[in-house]
Amino acid sequence: MLNFVLRRILLAIPTLIFISLVIFLLLEASPGDPLGDVPLTVPPEVREKMREALGLGQEWYIRYFLWLKQFFWVEPLHWFDQIFGTSFSQGMQRIISFQTRSPAFDVIAQRLPQTLTVVGMSYVIGVMIALPIGIISAYRQYSWFDQIGTFISMVGFSLPTFFTGVVLIIVFGIKLQWFPSIYDTTHRVTDWDSFVVQVRQMVMPVTVLALYNAAQISRFMRASMLDNLRQDYVRTARAKGLSEKVVVLKHVLRNSLIPVVTVIALGLPTVFGGAIITEQVFKVNGLGQLLILAINSNDIPMVMTLTFIFAILIVTFTLIADLLYGFLDPRIRYD
Amino acid sequence: MTELNANTPLPLVPEPLPPSRGQLREIWRQFRTHRGAMVGLVVFVLILLLVGIGPLIWRIDPTYVDFRARNLGFSAAHPLGTDQLGRDTLARMMAGGRISLSVGLVAMAIALTLGSLIGLLSGYFRRLDAPLMRVTELFLALPLLPLLLLMVTLFREPLGKSLGPAGGTFLLIVIAIGATSWMQTARIVRGDVLGLKQREFITAAQSIGTSELRMLTRHVLPNVISPIMVAATLGIATAIITESALSFLGLGFPPDFPTWGRLLFDAIDQMQMYPWRVILPGMFISLAVLSVNYIGDGLRDAMDPRIRGR
Repeated sequence: MLNFVLRRILLAIPTLIFISLVIFLLLEASPGDPLGDVPLTVPPEVREKMREALGLGQEWYIRYFLWLKQFFWVEPLHWFDQIFGTSFSQGMQRIISFQTRSPAFDVIAQRLPQTLTVVGMSYVIGVMIALPIGIISAYRQYSWFDQIGTFISMVGFSLPTFFTGVVLIIVFGIKLQWFPSIYDTTHRVTDWDSFVVQVRQMVMPVTVLALYNAAQISRFMRASMLDNLRQDYVRTARAKGLSEKVVVLKHVLRNSLIPVVTVIALGLPTVFGGAIITEQVFKVNGLGQLLILAINSNDIPMVMTLTFIFAILIVTFTLIADLLYGFLDPRIRYD
Repeated sequence: MTELNANTPLPLVPEPLPPSRGQLREIWRQFRTHRGAMVGLVVFVLILLLVGIGPLIWRIDPTYVDFRARNLGFSAAHPLGTDQLGRDTLARMMAGGRISLSVGLVAMAIALTLGSLIGLLSGYFRRLDAPLMRVTELFLALPLLPLLLLMVTLFREPLGKSLGPAGGTFLLIVIAIGATSWMQTARIVRGDVLGLKQREFITAAQSIGTSELRMLTRHVLPNVISPIMVAATLGIATAIITESALSFLGLGFPPDFPTWGRLLFDAIDQMQMYPWRVILPGMFISLAVLSVNYIGDGLRDAMDPRIRGR
């Protein structure tokens, strides 16, 4: 087991380095100029100085290794210093965003809470809705509940989030005026009233994302339950006189959850990607919106860092899903 | 009784029909019993007809600007109204659907060809298996939507200059979507090919000296065609959604070339006054994707009796 984990982690390192190289080369091949917004009156030699100040003067491989060093060595050292009050990273250059001229990780740390509250909340709610629907749908296959449930999950899975989001804004934001259509990130929760305001502005984005996640997960839950309900051990459990509740909620549910849990783990990083669109619809200034801003303004270090963080999330959660699978299902062997 | 059965093949006769035809008919018979899939098929064909031959009947140019007929509601002259420049919404919907659906179809075709090829090769040739699967895993670990955004923003202008704004964007989006969505197909095809290699008829074909190319095209490929077809339908759906998501983020086609996603994006500013302009393109996207997904569901059920009804 430990051997397997170590091997997988070792394999993940070249994967991640390769991905970072791909992203870097893609950015390198791009014709966009980070100095595009600088007025034309600036003389060429000053412009050249500015390029060098941004670190663009060197060859691409030098800049790539510099970035790797900054990401894997300087940034962790800096965070270590922050926590323990040491000064290992003194005088070392952190990853600087072209747009804000401040360290990219500081901007990301500012944006992270917004994404986590909205996206995280919607994923939790989505899972909580999806599991019971999947279970009941499978147990009462072809009943009206199942018919409606599968239809709604098919719809939720097919409707793009930018459409459901906009429809919700039109209906509840504009016509009924129940919820604000723009998410106010400067809002601070201090007392009960401000908490209510926070909840009200979270309702719509969370609903959109939760519907989308619930649709996918409930389909998996239903399929997995149906798989297990037909197994011989279920018949045995019923034959020895266990109550229906115990059979379904203990024997079948536990076994059906194995693949679903891994699907939930695998879906977590893609939620960050999918949230790019929802954040744009509701003007939540989270990580997704930060990425789009950075792409539009040729902020190479920021794009590189953000995309790479997404890649790390995907690789990590794939690993977690694999490990969970073996942990939950002892029949899986790693050697 | 005998007359009734004359048209249907008797189950006892050992394969009297050419296998491919009988199989297709059986799949169609199963497919027809899936109600959602049939409705999906009808809706999808209707949408195809609307965008395919609709512009031949409804002959208003989607880019024709008529300032005297701005912001009209539903009427006989403009069944779906006009936009802020007096362009006919129905004509724009049809033109947009043409682009959106062709992006979906072409991107799916690219992803499918790539995925099937890689799946076939890695499943059939043992030496290629490990490296090709490594590549597949690498692609699965890529953050796809951010990378798509990146590719489109970075290469839209240079490609647009050399191939014209519409042609360049079309090529870019189609290739970008195709190159980032072949992995599932490759995995499924590889798994099926691996299973297939254990079967007797493959050994038999090998023993009479069939060439590798003929083995692949004549014996292996026809037997993995069903998962490929299912992947194809689902691929169309994701490609349509991805294209409209890119357009929605303002990174798709230039404004003169309407796609459903672009129409939705352009209408966001006026959604307070004219909510229909947002809802119509969104409805078309959703209907197309929903119908394609149902067709995929029905196909999967029809082709694999073990998972029927799931």
